[in-house]
Amino acid sequence: MTHIRQTHTRRQFLRSTTALGMAAYAHQLLPAYALEAGYDSVAKPSSSGVVELTIAETEIDIGGKLVTTTTINGTLPGPLVRLKEGTEAVLRVSNRLKEDTSIHWHGLILPFQMDGVPGLSYDGIKPGETFEYRFPVTQNGTYWYHSHSGLQEQTGVYGPLVIEPAQPEPWAYDREYVVVLSDWTFDNPHTLLAKLKKQADYSNYQQRTLMEFIRDTRRDGFVPTMKDRMMWSKMRMMPTDFADVTGHNYSYLMNGRAPESNWTGLFKPGEKVRLRFINAAAGTYFDVRIPGLPMTVVQADGQNISPVTVDEFRIAIAETYDVIVEPKADQAYTLFAETMDRSGYARGTLAPRAGMSAAIPPRRERPLLTMKDMGMGMGDMKGMSGMEGTDGMKNMPATDSAMPGMDHSKMSPTPPASSQSHGGHGTQMPAMKMGGGDSSETYKHSPDTHGPGNTTVAMVSQSRLHEPGSGLEDAKWKVLVYTDLKSPAPGVDLRPPRREIELHLTGNMERYMWSFDGEQFSAGTEPIRLVHGERVRLTFVNDTMMNHPIHLHGMWMVLDNGSGQHNPRKHTINVKPAERLSADVTVDAPGNWAFHCHILMHMEMGMFRVVAVSKPVTDKNGS
Amino acid sequence: MNQLAINIFTNTTMKLNLILPLALSLTGVAFAQDTTPVAAHENSTTNKVAAEADPHAGHSAMNMPGQTKPEHGMMSQPTINPDEAEYEPYKPMSFDVGPFGLLLVDQLEYRLNDGDDLFRWDAEGWYGGDINRFWFKTEGEQALQGPSAGRAEIHGYYGRLIAPFWDAQIGVRYDQLWEPGSDPSRFFGAIGLQGFAPYRFEVTPALFISEDGDVSARLTATKDYRITQRLVAQGRFETEIAAQDVPKFGVGDGFNYVELGLRLRYEIRREFAPYIGVNWERKLGETETMARQSGEDPNVLSFVAGLRIWF
Repeated sequence: MTHIRQTHTRRQFLRSTTALGMAAYAHQLLPAYALEAGYDSVAKPSSSGVVELTIAETEIDIGGKLVTTTTINGTLPGPLVRLKEGTEAVLRVSNRLKEDTSIHWHGLILPFQMDGVPGLSYDGIKPGETFEYRFPVTQNGTYWYHSHSGLQEQTGVYGPLVIEPAQPEPWAYDREYVVVLSDWTFDNPHTLLAKLKKQADYSNYQQRTLMEFIRDTRRDGFVPTMKDRMMWSKMRMMPTDFADVTGHNYSYLMNGRAPESNWTGLFKPGEKVRLRFINAAAGTYFDVRIPGLPMTVVQADGQNISPVTVDEFRIAIAETYDVIVEPKADQAYTLFAETMDRSGYARGTLAPRAGMSAAIPPRRERPLLTMKDMGMGMGDMKGMSGMEGTDGMKNMPATDSAMPGMDHSKMSPTPPASSQSHGGHGTQMPAMKMGGGDSSETYKHSPDTHGPGNTTVAMVSQSRLHEPGSGLEDAKWKVLVYTDLKSPAPGVDLRPPRREIELHLTGNMERYMWSFDGEQFSAGTEPIRLVHGERVRLTFVNDTMMNHPIHLHGMWMVLDNGSGQHNPRKHTINVKPAERLSADVTVDAPGNWAFHCHILMHMEMGMFRVVAVSKPVTDKNGS
Repeated sequence: MNQLAINIFTNTTMKLNLILPLALSLTGVAFAQDTTPVAAHENSTTNKVAAEADPHAGHSAMNMPGQTKPEHGMMSQPTINPDEAEYEPYKPMSFDVGPFGLLLVDQLEYRLNDGDDLFRWDAEGWYGGDINRFWFKTEGEQALQGPSAGRAEIHGYYGRLIAPFWDAQIGVRYDQLWEPGSDPSRFFGAIGLQGFAPYRFEVTPALFISEDGDVSARLTATKDYRITQRLVAQGRFETEIAAQDVPKFGVGDGFNYVELGLRLRYEIRREFAPYIGVNWERKLGETETMARQSGEDPNVLSFVAGLRIWF
């Protein structure tokens, strides 16, 4: 990799935090759990059971340059909040900023008034005011919290939240660490957003070039290389579009530390160490691995899963994964969190003694999007590069409905149960299920292309839950996939959904517009209305060529990954390009809830809806 | 494959034809009917169980379902239509969605041309939202040798995103020429498109009608090609056609102008890129004749050096 990764100022920052990791300003910058590593140094509720959090601008000297961050209790990330299942949480959040703020408890099931979304839950927290959150803690596991106001999440208003279980957990460990992954930019995030608005590939310094064309020509021959380039060019799409903001503008942090300052968690050889990974980044997916140390994933999004041992997992923005590792040797291990686009990494170390470090693996080559990501591929095209895909397309009949290997007679208007197409006014053709590739059913897109706010549609969408995702297909080790996530206990609501709501993830990269069904959120957007007590199926179809982490507030989404009663519950579901997946929701939380893509700028640019759950009816006739 | 790609990607034509009533939002998710046999069957099963179960009562906001309450497994589904249910009100909320704006100075250059050196600029910008924008364009040149002469154009448009890659624009254009003894000017009404065509061409076709009723059209196309992450080649093509002779402005009818340019820029930052290049202009037909008569060379090859900047 030759592209430039660090700005001058960032280098200075990295050097400073390396050299002065324990110096005064670093103490100010870094939260206690990151410095001390142990979890007995975390901020727990006071004796009266109240957790106090104060959001304020904090000036931090970064390489001789004063940088203004927004912090919680003066640290970035904010302090670890520890709650206990079965108790009532009391959290007092004070705003010392000059603008409104808010704290949303990500993944927590609570009354909507306590959810922390300005406009929906409450008015937000005005400057100088304190808001007291009070709610019963009905769950356990690893979560996080963050501002839901403007772009404050990007400037530091986020932190980890751990809920201790009321009952013993089904696995043991000797010590635990919270590992908060995040991204930091020295640019003003509003400026950065404006740049993306003007030039969407502003931050991408891993684009295809003439140099790469020459390399590929040598490797693959001129004609296939040319064909591949022409195909992408014709479609006006970029196969290198994995992150809107890359390592060119981001520094990647582990517990607030840049890679060079090496956050370290200590262990005694032979101990079982639980690592609570939280992706608190505003715009970055990470691929996490610990070379030499297999990880047993025991929780996802704070929910127990049947343990599965992996060598690497991709953590979408806002997801959490708890893993248990057992380092037996008296050596250091690198916690390596490479960004999905390979433009950078966050890094830390697990070591028997402070000051140790292990080799940092080289970053892998940045991946490329494929035909399948474009929604042109079939089930058996897994792992194909764009180029091979091009050749494959030669055999495709040039009609809108026929795909190779597909038997027309197998096509039928599918949708399960009482499905409706998105929009639901009966004006659109329902999605067509097409006789499948070997691994999964494929669906044909309806003729509705979602208006000018959407540039591509996934002509062929399908489940990709069994795929590790772009850049991980060729990993020589076990990578976690969504079909690995199985809830040990059967679901609590096994009713079939009474209706299906299909939502398309849409966008116009040229204008940096993001939306559902081509409609950007605005004050006038109609909410998604759900009836209290019903069970609905949300089906997401990703028409874009980017991954989107979709987050529903207030209610679990039970991801249908084929595990039946053991489908896992999630608060954030990653939807791959051209993927179609479904999640069932028990509509048991009255009120108005946010529903959005958790890429901060996508949410800000309109990939957001209100989910309105009707007031409960207490009588028997159901009206 | 080509045809397939056309079908797969929402190309412009499709877009224009398919201004389907965008069944917006899920609001009226015409939760119709519950009529499919499958659903009916399953509902009847659950109803049977539900008869013995605790109905869904006393479910207050502070008593949210935890991880262990199995009550829902026993519940029947409500039958009420989502549009008829009663909801909590909420305040109108919207995000910080601009307005945004851009000023792109694509050409700010010195044209070296054997004694007829020129200063040349070409800039455009927009301000507004995602769908509706105000567009501003200007281009022109000033002779740097010999008597002071030059020309400038200023355009202002209302632009609307009508298809994923295309803005429709309607507005006005003002032209000013200056040379010793003469400085004619004129207004135009203008209508055009601006967008991103297949194969990544930035294309701007426009039609102009002058205050005197003269009709002309112009097509500009540029394409960027990345050599390295910071070194970019930009090809540029422009042509003009006129329906009438307008001698005062040196315009002859028919295809009267072709320009080809190739500029190599180095993006020190994305926003700041010095460049060098070549530019070839050729006046054609009656326009060529008029140029010759006024002592101009209708065929000009220039070496250029300049800056491309945007804010």
